[in-house]
Amino acid sequence: MKVSDFAAALGLRILTGDAGLDREVGGVYASDLLSRVMAKSSRGDAWITVHTHINTVAVAVLSDLSCIIVPEDIPVEETTLNRARLEGIPILSGSMSTYEICWRAHEILTD
Amino acid sequence: MNYVLPVGDFLMAGEASSNVKKILNQLGIPPRIVKRTAVAMYEAELNAVIHAYGGRAEVEITKDFIVVEVIDDGPGIPDIELAMTEGYSTAPDEIREMGFGAGMGLPNIKRNADEFSIESEVGKGTRVRIVVYFNR
Ligand SMILES: Nc1ncnc2c1ncn2[C@@H]1O[C@H](COP(=O)(O)OP(=O)(O)OP(=O)(O)O)[C@@H](O)[C@H]1O
Ligand SMILES: [Mg+2]
Repeated sequence: MKVSDFAAALGLRILTGDAGLDREVGGVYASDLLSRVMAKSSRGDAWITVHTHINTVAVAVLSDLSCIIVPEDIPVEETTLNRARLEGIPILSGSMSTYEICWRAHEILTD
Repeated sequence: MNYVLPVGDFLMAGEASSNVKKILNQLGIPPRIVKRTAVAMYEAELNAVIHAYGGRAEVEITKDFIVVEVIDDGPGIPDIELAMTEGYSTAPDEIREMGFGAGMGLPNIKRNADEFSIESEVGKGTRVRIVVYFNR
């Protein structure tokens, strides 16, 4: 499923315009320990994290993740959004908790 | 091909490895191998920025493999065996709050590299060497 369809199905806002919306979401990975994400995530995963600093974009690029999802309406720095647009990594945001996002994403991806 | 890349400040961490990732993609190296290389190099780059005062990366790319050396003139590592233990980290609180400091960086490098070595001298600096083969 493309990131654009995934975001629409989950009711998440896209903070980064058109950048990277064609990327394929293969699964979901949730963790706020960056080295753990790089060790355990799979290519194409949508990554849920509460971190919003610019290094998250590098983690997503280097680990081939499909997008970053920021839960609970945590604001994202403009520098991070700019870097994400440049690198083609979509950043999605919504009011749901990490748990709710995982649960609903599971339903959508296994449909 | 030989590159020397600066491993700069905290916000720029990842520049050097992103660069190398783009080059490997252009060369048509399989994505799985590119990811292993990029993650290993980024972890080394981050360590040079977080635990030392930045440094440089020397990258050599041949037909069959890539060699990445990340070199810093930082404080060095007193006990490498301990540093290699998963979960061991001396990262300060403000760095941990950013999601670093799981103590998984060096183990990640080792797992992703086909060859890995680390040399360090207290007060002098640290040199991490990573080799990844393209056709294995
Ligand atoms: N270049 C370096 N210079 C000095 N000390 C280092 C260097 N690289 C690693 N270390 C030491 O080794 C420890 C373990 O490094 P490792 O990369 O495995 O974990 P970390 O950087 O603390 O956390 P993580 O990588 O999971 O975010 C560090 O906490 C630090 O004490
Ligand atoms: Mg580290």
